[in-house]
Amino acid sequence: MFYRQAGIYHTSYAADRALFPIPFERWAVAALLLFALSAPWTLSSLQLTSYVRPWLIWTGAALGLNLILGWAGQFHFGYAAIMGIGAYASVHAARRGVPWEIAVILGGVAAAAIGSVFAFAALRVKGLYLALSTLAMQFIMDWVISHVPAISGGVSATLQAPAMKLLGQAITSEAGKYYVVLGWTLFVTLFMLNLKRSALGRALVAVREKDFAAAVIGVQSFQYKLVAFAASAFIGGVSGAMLIFGLYQAVTPEQFTVNVSIELLAMVIVGGLGSIIGSFFGAAFILLLPGQMNALIAWLASLMGLNIGVEALAHIPNMVYGATIIIVLLIEPMGLGKLYGNVRNYLMLWPFGYVKK
Amino acid sequence: MDVMYFLELAVNGGLAGMMYALVAMGIVLIYKSSSVPNLAQGALVMMGAYVVLMFTGMGVPVWAAIPLTMVAMFLVGVGIERVALRRLAGRPIVMILMMTLGIDIFLRAASLTFWGGSGRNMPLGISDAPLFVGKLLVNRAYAVGAAVTLVLFVVFMLFFRTRRGVVLRAISDDYTASWSVGISVERGVALSRALSSIVATTAGVMWGSVQTVDQSLALLLLKGLTVAVLGGLDSLGGAVLAGLLLGIVENVASGYLDPLLGGGTRDLVVAAVLILTVMVRPHGLYGRRDIERI
Repeated sequence: MFYRQAGIYHTSYAADRALFPIPFERWAVAALLLFALSAPWTLSSLQLTSYVRPWLIWTGAALGLNLILGWAGQFHFGYAAIMGIGAYASVHAARRGVPWEIAVILGGVAAAAIGSVFAFAALRVKGLYLALSTLAMQFIMDWVISHVPAISGGVSATLQAPAMKLLGQAITSEAGKYYVVLGWTLFVTLFMLNLKRSALGRALVAVREKDFAAAVIGVQSFQYKLVAFAASAFIGGVSGAMLIFGLYQAVTPEQFTVNVSIELLAMVIVGGLGSIIGSFFGAAFILLLPGQMNALIAWLASLMGLNIGVEALAHIPNMVYGATIIIVLLIEPMGLGKLYGNVRNYLMLWPFGYVKK
Repeated sequence: MDVMYFLELAVNGGLAGMMYALVAMGIVLIYKSSSVPNLAQGALVMMGAYVVLMFTGMGVPVWAAIPLTMVAMFLVGVGIERVALRRLAGRPIVMILMMTLGIDIFLRAASLTFWGGSGRNMPLGISDAPLFVGKLLVNRAYAVGAAVTLVLFVVFMLFFRTRRGVVLRAISDDYTASWSVGISVERGVALSRALSSIVATTAGVMWGSVQTVDQSLALLLLKGLTVAVLGGLDSLGGAVLAGLLLGIVENVASGYLDPLLGGGTRDLVVAAVLILTVMVRPHGLYGRRDIERI
């Protein structure tokens, strides 16, 4: 119906390797891009600042985590700490007068340097034990960030972030911040899309499936693990910087605790391991669903004349958040991206589904 | 270097560590039977304490409320296993970990939604009077908790010598093989869930009497997990010994480091022990060393 596809007949290698081989999807992507570019005029400023911008930033971070978890198959329970390092490094650099673009890249580089330390844990152990050691590293980084005055500015201090500047121009309008954030998320998305069809991406997948077997066919598994940790930490660090400059405007250690790591993991798992569009869905689901559900429950309760305490209402979003993870894992362990893929596969040849068999 | 100060830190730390072992034993029991690293154990401990308080609030005396809670927690544990974890068997471990984390978040929030988050006391009747052993000041609640841990450990050791205990050991050894000789693995897993819920309730009650019953009980997860890993994820004796060790190290180190580094070193020490264990000896003190096959 939508796809108007009767089999896939590529006539050149270039067509085979295109990012979006199906014409309908090319048009859909173009339409979405147009919509994204016109969002400051079509969406209200409340929607833009409290829904769309956080969603874009967290999607960028979730894609970075997906690189290490979904592609390279290595656990990372300390991704929030990595984002924190990027955020602090870039804020400090920007406060010292480093140009904003370079400060953000410096944040990414600092995060990549420290994030590579996690890879040395991956050299030694894997699976559950890697998860535990990265979890422990998250706690240690939390402690270091909050207890070293040179980083956080003292225990429970808040560092004000300077305004974003592109080429010396300060960006203070909401629309401007939105465009910067959109640009970063599009960049990460493009990188991940291209990773799928590059040698690096295939090597990472080989390492994920079985690192010994990858080593046997000549993929240096440790080297690729290191690259994966460093690349995903770079994305995480810059996303952390975007989070501070583009959303929070100030940085405190509480923004990067272990709960945030778990939230990011939830985004990746709910979205689907190794699925790019899934990361967009997952971030939206985890960010928006609990709040919306809470509003719905409060509304239903008032409709039926039930009286739910303030304290109960405060904890219901967390309950919904936990339940979301459980339900998605039960229904479709490969996440929302897989669900989308199922629908797409079904519609691809519809109504001529018998052609497939 | 004050020897008495050191000894006091070490003894109280060791006793508290034995109580960490209560949490760890719950993790170990579940890991042994179903190789699920249960990250929801902290939430189960917290829920155990809340359910005991719910029963006492209904007028049930404490000594009856605790066994009732154990039964209730057993139902919760079996429910979790049936509904959530059994379907994920054979899936990559990241999904199993995420599932237990989701359960952890859900149970924590659900407990707080139903019972509220304000701190409450566990009416266990342990007196606050100081307890002196020689010249050492010992925390009475910790001492009781450590004694309970030891009793439970001995009971478990005896249990693992009975016929049913041997069945459990067979399942933890190799569950495909146990299946093929006619052991009901499902029943064995349920049994280990029962044992684990006994431990979780005990941990909730003991820790609830040491501190108050509030959501901080769920944070025992990190310590329980560290103890379980340090002892070896499938060894109960290892858990008790590792609890003792971790308690001593944590209390002594934070006793001396806190004034120097400005507080909060407790979690730092625990995290460092976890990393060192995983890096140096991933199978822990008494865990079984797994050989990976390609």
